[in-house]
Amino acid sequence: MNSIRIRLFAILIATTGAVWLFAAAWIYASTQAEVERVLDARLMEAARMVSSLITDHQIDPSAAANAATADTPPPPFKEAGGGYSRQLSCQIWSLQGSLVSRSESAPATSLASHTDGFEETEIEGERWRVYAVVNPTLGVRVLVGDSLEIRDRLIGDVIKGLLLPGIVILPVLAALIWLSVGRGLAPLTRIAEGLAGRSASELHPVDAGSVPREVRPVIRALNSLFGRVAEARDRERSFTAYAAHELKTPLAGLKTQAQVALRTDEPSVQRDALSRISTSVDRTSRMVRQLIDLAAVDASQDVTSDEEVDIAVLVGEVAWELENQLAANDVHVAMELSDQAQPPTVIRGDRILVRLVLRNLLENAIQHSPKAGEVRCRVLARTNEVCVEILDQGPGIKQEDEKRVTERFFRGSKAHGHGSGLGLSIVQMALARLGGSLTFERGARWFVAKASFPI
Amino acid sequence: MRLLVVEDDEILLDGLKVGLQMCGFTVDAVTSVADADAAIEADRFDAVILDLMLPDGTGLDVLARMRRSGDRTPVLLLTAKDEVADRIAGLDSGADDYLGKPFDLDEVAARLRAIVRRGHGRATGLLEWKDVSLDPARMSASRDGMAISLSRREFVILQALMETPGVILSRSNLEEKLYGWQEEIESNTVEVHVHKLRSKLGASFIETVRGAGYRLRAAQ
Repeated sequence: MNSIRIRLFAILIATTGAVWLFAAAWIYASTQAEVERVLDARLMEAARMVSSLITDHQIDPSAAANAATADTPPPPFKEAGGGYSRQLSCQIWSLQGSLVSRSESAPATSLASHTDGFEETEIEGERWRVYAVVNPTLGVRVLVGDSLEIRDRLIGDVIKGLLLPGIVILPVLAALIWLSVGRGLAPLTRIAEGLAGRSASELHPVDAGSVPREVRPVIRALNSLFGRVAEARDRERSFTAYAAHELKTPLAGLKTQAQVALRTDEPSVQRDALSRISTSVDRTSRMVRQLIDLAAVDASQDVTSDEEVDIAVLVGEVAWELENQLAANDVHVAMELSDQAQPPTVIRGDRILVRLVLRNLLENAIQHSPKAGEVRCRVLARTNEVCVEILDQGPGIKQEDEKRVTERFFRGSKAHGHGSGLGLSIVQMALARLGGSLTFERGARWFVAKASFPI
Repeated sequence: MRLLVVEDDEILLDGLKVGLQMCGFTVDAVTSVADADAAIEADRFDAVILDLMLPDGTGLDVLARMRRSGDRTPVLLLTAKDEVADRIAGLDSGADDYLGKPFDLDEVAARLRAIVRRGHGRATGLLEWKDVSLDPARMSASRDGMAISLSRREFVILQALMETPGVILSRSNLEEKLYGWQEEIESNTVEVHVHKLRSKLGASFIETVRGAGYRLRAAQ
C-alpha cells in the first residue's frame, strides 16, 4: 500500500472496529452476568415470599402462586411492546407430589423436580430457570421460574441497542477519518509543493521548525543533502571562476606578445614574440588538460573502477608519453626497478587515476630539472603497498610550502611561472581516491616525491 | 617615461616590456613583491604597473606600502580578478587605474599616459610649450603645425622636459628616463640628444643650467 492516507485510514477503521467489537463483547458478557444475578435474586426472593406468605396463613396456598407473580416489581428492561410481561411462573407442590397451586403464567406440568435451589429445566420445548424452596411447616414445595428465552432476549436487546447505532455511525466515522487523515497529511503536501516550486539553484534548507515533528527527520536529511549539493556546487563554481581567472593571465600574455609581433618591424623581436606565443600555448594547453584531469578526478568520486594496474609498466608508459617534453628540456629519465621488484608491482584501482598521479609527478620532475638533468624513477613493491619514488635535481619544494603545494593553483612562493599550480593537487586528489599518500624528501643531490599506492 | 612592471607570468611580463618599449616607455620588470618593494625603494618611476596576484604576496600590499611611505607614483593595477569588488578594493587602496586581463597593449599605454598626466595635473594628453606641441599617444611632435621627426630618445627627453616646464632636470634624471636596468648607459647620450633637439626646435628652446641640468627656457 503506497498511500499513507489509505494506510492510515485502513488502520484507523480496523482498530476502531476492533475496539468497538471488543467493547460489545465485554458489555455482552457483563450484562449477561448482571442480568443473571438480578433475575436469580428475584426468583429467590419471590419463592421465599410465597413460602413465607403461606406459612403465616395470610394467603391461601392455592392463591399464593399468583401473589408471587403479581407482586414482582415491573420488569427492569421493559420495552414498548417488548413483551417482558408474565415473566415469572409459580407453582406450589405438596411434598407428596400433587400440584397445590400455580400462577396463571405457569404451565400445568411441574417446573422442576429438585427440592432446593436453582435448576434449569426444559418444559414443552422451553428452557426455564427455576428456584425451589421447601416449606416444611405446610409440607409444600414452592417453585418459581422464568423462561431463559426472555433472559436471552433481554441481553440481546441490550447488545442490539449498542451495535445498531454503531453500524449506522460507521460510514460517518469512516468519512470523518478519511477527511481527518487528509487534513493531518496537509503539511506534507505543503512541503512537497514548496519543494516542487523551487528552481535548481534554490538549495536553501527547508525550515525544520515549521514542519510537523514526525516529518523533521526527513526534512533534516533533505536539508543535509541540500547542504552537500550546495557545497559541491559552490566548490565547482569557485573552481570554475578560479580556473577562468587563471586562464586570463596566459591569455593576456598571448595577446600582448601577438600585438608585439604584429607591430614590430624588427624580425628578431617578431621571432622572439612568436616563439613565446608558442611556448605559452603549450603551457596553457597543459593547464587546460590539467583542469580537465582535475574535473575527471572530482567526478571519479562516484565511480571507482577496480582493475589490476601494474605500476612498473605504467611508469614506463608515462615516461614514454613524456618523451617530447624530455627532449625539449634535455632531461634524461632513468628507470630503477629495485631488486625487491620480484614481488609483482600490481595494485588494484582506477588506471586513469594512477596514470594521472604518475604523469603529473614525472612532469613536475622534468620541468624543474636543470638542463641536461636526470630524473630517476624507482618502483618498490612492499608487503602492502607499491611505492613510486621520483627523484629530480631541481630546487624541490621548500619545507614551508609543503603543506600548501597540493592546494589548487598554489605555485610556491618562488615559482618560475611555468606551472599551473594544479599538478600536485591532481596528484593529491587522485591518491586520496586510491587510498594512497604523497610525501616529499630532500636529499643532498635529489629531491624525492614519493607516491604510495595500497595493494 | 620610466615604468616598473610587476608581473609573475614571464611571457606576459616580456610582452609588456617589449610592447611598452615600442610605445615609447622605458620599462623595468620584476616578478615578485620583494623585488618590487626593493625597486620602488631604490628608483624613481613615472608609473608602476602592478599585478595583483604574485607568488609571494599581493600587489595591494606593495601599493599600500608605497602610499604609506608617501610615494605618489601613479599605479595601474592589472589583474585576472576583475569583479567590481576587486576593482573597488584596488582603487581604494590607492591605485590610479585598473585593467582586467587580458588587455590591449594600446589601452595599457593610453591609461599609463593618462594617469601620469593626471599626476602632473594636466587634463589633455597634448604637451605644449611655446610653438612646440608633443603628442605622447602618437609619439609625434610638431612646431608651428609642422611635424618634426624625433628619435625615441629625443622624444623621451623632450617629453620629460615638457611635462615639468621650468623645472630643472639633471643629466641623471634624464638618463633614468632613458635607460632600464639592463641597458648600458652611454656617456654623453643626454648631451648628444639635447643638441639634436636644439637643432630641430631652435637653440633657445632648451636651456642649460650650469652644474644643474636642463629646463625649458621661459618665454621672454
